[in-house]
Amino acid sequence: MSTELISAAHLDALTDEAITIIREVATECESPVLLFSGGKDSAVLLHLAVLAFAPARLPFPVMHVDTGHNFSEVIAYRDALVQDWGVRLVVASVQESIDSGRAVEDTGLRASRNRLQSVTLLDAIAQHGFDAAFGGGRRDEDKARAKERILSFRDRQGRWDPRAQRPEPWALLNPRIRKGEHLRAFPLSNWTELDIWQYVARHDVPLPDIYFSHTRTVVERDGMLLSVGGPVVLEPGEQPFDAVVRYRTVGDASCTGAIASTATTIDEVLAEVAAARITERGATRADDTFSESAMEDRKREGYF
Amino acid sequence: MITSLTTRPALRIATAGSVDDGKSTLIGRLLHDTKTVFEDQLQAVVKASRRYGDGETNLALLTDGLRAEREQGITIDVAHRYFATPTRSFIVADTPGHAQYTRNMVTGASTSDVAIVLVDARHGVVDQTRRHALIAALLGVEAIIVAVNKMDLVDWKESEFTRIAEEARLFVEELPHHVPVAAIPMSALLGDNVVDRSQHMPWYEGQPLLEFLELFDATPSQLPGARVHVQRVIRPQGGLQADFRGYAGVVAAGTLTPGAPITVLPGGRTSTVAAVHRWGAQVQSAEPGHAVVVELTDDVDVARGDVLVVSDAAVPPIVTEDIVVDICWMIDQPLVAGSRHWFKHGSRTGHATVTAIEHRYDSVSPTHEPADQLVLNDIGRVHLRMGEPIVADIYAHHAEGGRLILIDAATNTTAGAAMIAAVHPGGRA
Repeated sequence: MSTELISAAHLDALTDEAITIIREVATECESPVLLFSGGKDSAVLLHLAVLAFAPARLPFPVMHVDTGHNFSEVIAYRDALVQDWGVRLVVASVQESIDSGRAVEDTGLRASRNRLQSVTLLDAIAQHGFDAAFGGGRRDEDKARAKERILSFRDRQGRWDPRAQRPEPWALLNPRIRKGEHLRAFPLSNWTELDIWQYVARHDVPLPDIYFSHTRTVVERDGMLLSVGGPVVLEPGEQPFDAVVRYRTVGDASCTGAIASTATTIDEVLAEVAAARITERGATRADDTFSESAMEDRKREGYF
Repeated sequence: MITSLTTRPALRIATAGSVDDGKSTLIGRLLHDTKTVFEDQLQAVVKASRRYGDGETNLALLTDGLRAEREQGITIDVAHRYFATPTRSFIVADTPGHAQYTRNMVTGASTSDVAIVLVDARHGVVDQTRRHALIAALLGVEAIIVAVNKMDLVDWKESEFTRIAEEARLFVEELPHHVPVAAIPMSALLGDNVVDRSQHMPWYEGQPLLEFLELFDATPSQLPGARVHVQRVIRPQGGLQADFRGYAGVVAAGTLTPGAPITVLPGGRTSTVAAVHRWGAQVQSAEPGHAVVVELTDDVDVARGDVLVVSDAAVPPIVTEDIVVDICWMIDQPLVAGSRHWFKHGSRTGHATVTAIEHRYDSVSPTHEPADQLVLNDIGRVHLRMGEPIVADIYAHHAEGGRLILIDAATNTTAGAAMIAAVHPGGRA
């Protein structure tokens, strides 16, 4: 199996396109922010954003919506990265939204804070007066995302209306909004998981260690390997065991699964991704398998 | 499996054609037969097919991703999908067939190299086929493939295919822009002539769709000479680079190299390219599509919205306030003479007033008729007076400099997609 670029020209074009989108939105909008989860897509997005304005500094902050259910490696990675790259970090806390009564925590064994992030995100956007939020969402992740514009309008309640999207001919971006409304911008719209890893390989983008193979104590639930020792609560009859795994996506630790993998280098991960027969979200996200339109429903409420 | 290295960029393709002619099924079939569909996606589609009573596995559900689309069995908005074969990567826009959602079809087709216009073999060319072929031609696709679909429902008859292909070809050939056209008989449902050659139509000697797409190469157009629409001035605050001043934008229509003499339009000041940066590093030259930062040798006034043009451009752009455009109208409020909108052209935004409506295209024949307004989904030719000079190209010569959107001042929504057909140099017509 070869993992060389199927088309260097294709990755070049995606890179130029993303940088152009970032520059355009950052210049048209008064107060943009880049949403940063510590996952591979937001790491690539941030890397592109830094390149877009070089040698000037990144002209906007990054924001982490912190569910409190984190992988500790990811928080350490986040803090080191923003320091190395000289980026201003804003943290919006789901725990604070719960404490202040803005969000009500799910209860039960399989409770997740994933959905609550929308409340915290929208509150933070309003509180800081952000008028545009860059996200690392990709159209190949999910069938609802496949329908979304590069520059996607949100009404005063932060809602996405998939039936009334602004036309976007030639990707000529229309950033006009009224006060209280905002935009989401997706510079990686046309990227696939494989494109992301090829970019990581080409530019040596640092990623959290959990993207590479390691031994971890996990429990198997609904075909997913969930990390034990964090927010995951063991159910009766579940037996934790040690497994050699890596993470294919990084999200809320309560609902993000690991996959069995021995890939320890970027090249090995590239080979694994190229041969994958299951989508990354299908393989690793309990939150997307709730219902057929789980992503669309969350996006309508203001999700990433 | 990825085994080959190619330097060709992805081919962008869009589906088009009337509702129920099988656009989403065709894309589903392409994804499925190129082994691009993941196991969990296919399982989800099998499950959903049962739920919506579609009987067999409905491949259209691979792209009809919104709940309303799946419930109604139609495509409302464009879906973008990606797949690669050993020789090429593809970006696919699956667009809606309903006239009501033409604006979304325009969005999908506007960035495409090739339009696949589907025709139901039982019904032949219908009004919506013609409308979409016209839009694709105006948008400047480099080829139209007429996919005569559902051949299984006409007993795979060559005579049916030949009749429809001929009718479609005649229509496309009479459109205002010359677009190469090819026709392929297929059954997207059964997979005939999509990826694999049909066993049912031995009389067809041409290529299956995928082979056509893999081999398709656009004829390189004559480049009129490099320009950069300036998006932003890059000016570090303090530090070692405090004296740096660069202009960020995308190179279009030619090669940009250090030492090239340039003119800053619309102002007309001249300077020389001192350095070109791409992705944070200096480069020796930049090609169309490259996102660059340009340094000039002189401290001239350059702002967002200005265009840097190489001074020896074979076809220089024209600075003008008066343009004639072909426009697709996308909102309920009609476009009438005297109406005022925001425009966005390159990186420049301003006011535009409609001064006249020349004609409306007849979507059923390649002709046009006088009109005093354009309503939702109409396509027509109108005259615009811009509130400030723009640096314009004819769309057919240079698309990036010849396209603009109009934005509705009341709702802020994107109201029209316009392609410059003619300009009046120096302002007032």
